Amino acid sequence: MDWAISIFNYIVTVVVVLIYGLLLYAFIAKTMARVQGRVGIPIYQPFLDIIQTYNKRTAVTHGVMFDLGPVFRLAGGLGTLAFIPVIYGSEVFGNFHFAGDLLLVMYFVFFGQLGMALGAGESGHPYASMGVSRGLAQMTAFEVPFALAVIAVFVQYDSASITEIVAAQQGSIYNWTLFTNPFAVIAAMFAFLGMSMYPPFDLVTAPNEIPIGPPTEYHGPYLSFLQTNRSIFAGAKLILFMNLFFGGATNLPIMMIKLWAIYMIPVLIGVAFARFKVEHAIRFFLGIPTLIGIIAVLYVQYWGT
Amino acid sequence: MNDIDDKLKIDLPQAKTHSPSGPPGDGTGPANSVLENAGLSLEDQQLFCDAAPVPYEPYSPEFIERFHNWIRANSMWVLAFGTGCGAIELNPLMTSRFDANRFGIQMRPTPRQASVLIVAGYSSVKTLKRIIRSYEQMQGPKFVIGLGICTINGGMYWDSYNTIKRLDRYIPVDLYVTGCMPRPEALLAGFMELKRKIKAGECDGANRYVKDFEWYKANQKRVIKKWDMPDYNW
Amino acid sequence: MGHAGLQLVSKEFMQQLCERLTQRFDCDQILHQKDDLSFLRVDKDKLESTLVYLKTHEGFVHLSFVTVIDYIEDDIFRLSYMLHNYESKTDLAVQTEISRTASTMHSIHHLWAQAWTYQRELKEMYGIDFPGSPRVNDEFVLEGWDGPPPMLRDFDTAAFCEERFVEREGRESQDVKQTMRDNLYPERGEV
Repeated sequence: MDWAISIFNYIVTVVVVLIYGLLLYAFIAKTMARVQGRVGIPIYQPFLDIIQTYNKRTAVTHGVMFDLGPVFRLAGGLGTLAFIPVIYGSEVFGNFHFAGDLLLVMYFVFFGQLGMALGAGESGHPYASMGVSRGLAQMTAFEVPFALAVIAVFVQYDSASITEIVAAQQGSIYNWTLFTNPFAVIAAMFAFLGMSMYPPFDLVTAPNEIPIGPPTEYHGPYLSFLQTNRSIFAGAKLILFMNLFFGGATNLPIMMIKLWAIYMIPVLIGVAFARFKVEHAIRFFLGIPTLIGIIAVLYVQYWGT
Repeated sequence: MNDIDDKLKIDLPQAKTHSPSGPPGDGTGPANSVLENAGLSLEDQQLFCDAAPVPYEPYSPEFIERFHNWIRANSMWVLAFGTGCGAIELNPLMTSRFDANRFGIQMRPTPRQASVLIVAGYSSVKTLKRIIRSYEQMQGPKFVIGLGICTINGGMYWDSYNTIKRLDRYIPVDLYVTGCMPRPEALLAGFMELKRKIKAGECDGANRYVKDFEWYKANQKRVIKKWDMPDYNW
Repeated sequence: MGHAGLQLVSKEFMQQLCERLTQRFDCDQILHQKDDLSFLRVDKDKLESTLVYLKTHEGFVHLSFVTVIDYIEDDIFRLSYMLHNYESKTDLAVQTEISRTASTMHSIHHLWAQAWTYQRELKEMYGIDFPGSPRVNDEFVLEGWDGPPPMLRDFDTAAFCEERFVEREGRESQDVKQTMRDNLYPERGEV
């Protein structure tokens, strides 16, 4: 019955990450609102939104692929979360791990976006296809520095299993990848700006330009899937970054604090910048961040610990 | 006041073909009836659904329906469509002084995802066609707020040849907020009243529209002459 | 009002200009409303050559608008072409009269390309045809309009509106003058 307990632990992890992701989003929105001098949304508002949009009494479908788009997206989010140890050393939140799971996680990060692209293209809305083409182009661009940073981490820790990478960073704060290979962390944080879809890289959804982008035609239960996934997927990416570059977490409060801190980086940069166009974004990612990623790989290969 | 060109005007043909101005009938719903879709071209008619819409039932244990009404009242997504001059009052509503986000109101860009449509002021015949199209594309429990006196009785444009005089003949309206234009505080009071009505279960505009579909459609087609869209824009 | 040195120049400038035009094109009803705004009237057949002369020889290179006044008592439409001179900063309106029934006028879109917008609007609102103007028969503002041209003075909008639209019963209208008199000056008699 070992696998049943593992599955149960995994479900608990998903629920905890989902709730924490929604609360984190509401907390950040309330902080931004206070900065702007207003009260802001209540903390429980994202939960109400998801329940309200799930219980729409009518829905419109555009075919099987349209229905499967959010399913792919949610599968990508859940799959990403399944192989990342949320809390290192914990029985409940340890999740599944095996020797090459970092590569699998990187695949799942991309898989969700592809499924979304297929579903949004099927919806027939021109804005959805515009958003999808921009999103995939931007994703291809920021995968380059991200992959280089991950390769640097591979070489440095000599392993492709996230659990082992986290284990190698325990001990003291100076064991974090942040201090042993800062170039990799900088390249990865640039890629994280592109991943989190905050300004200046929010052209994919571009709320004032094309109505919402890929989820334009999604409504009702589909939209509630997408919004649930947004919190799970964001949580999974944050936990991945925390594990690879910032030392992982050994208990729940430290995990919450570290996730909040990493999430604040794109938010703070986002409030200060305007939107890049797609060609600027691609040119940006293939410029300095790629250079820093290459330096990270060379550094750890020829010079590093 | 008399029109000063009274002695010069020509007589229009006396065609008094009003639809009855009483309340809409309580039809049992056009179940299994077929739409004409006559405004579309022949090859487009095959792309559009020709089955009339059907009303939806509320959830069966009553406390679940009340729970969902409470959720719908506290998470209202407004379609960001400024149909008339009242749109200028929607913008301050989202800013720091009148902050509507704290009541759960957020603006959505597409009618598919919205649940509240605010008809802000006068509707010319051209805009009315787009309002109807957006309203029919909204899903599930949906609510309409009529802003300003132009939606009530024509307002300042009571004798204009191009604006409609009474909005609830064309789409079902749940709440009117009078004024020319109502200030954001008045609009917020309107939202509070709409919340109360939703929680009490009095807002069934979507079902009313489907039940009296032929009546609404006849009214709309009397006014909108260039009907080049399907009869039901689902 | 700021060009103190230019004011005298433009007054004489406009008067001399109108004298020249009268000699060439036989204008009448010349009105100098302000120092930099004048009106004159030419015959329908001489309008185009007047505009060409003003555009090429007198420096009135900008067409501000084309509009029409409906003189239903005399059964004419009075078209008004407002031109502007950038150097002397003066406006000149060249007016002409066309018949109100079967109203048609030569198009001037070959002189100023933007005239096609004004002519399209006049076709929709007044029924004046400008043969050859681009897209003059396309709908401009009103979609699916099936009534008479709405800006004509013999089009009764109130009656049209009562016939076409359903109204809400119980609306009261008040005469504005009477209400203001009662509220503000109740002690005065009829003005």
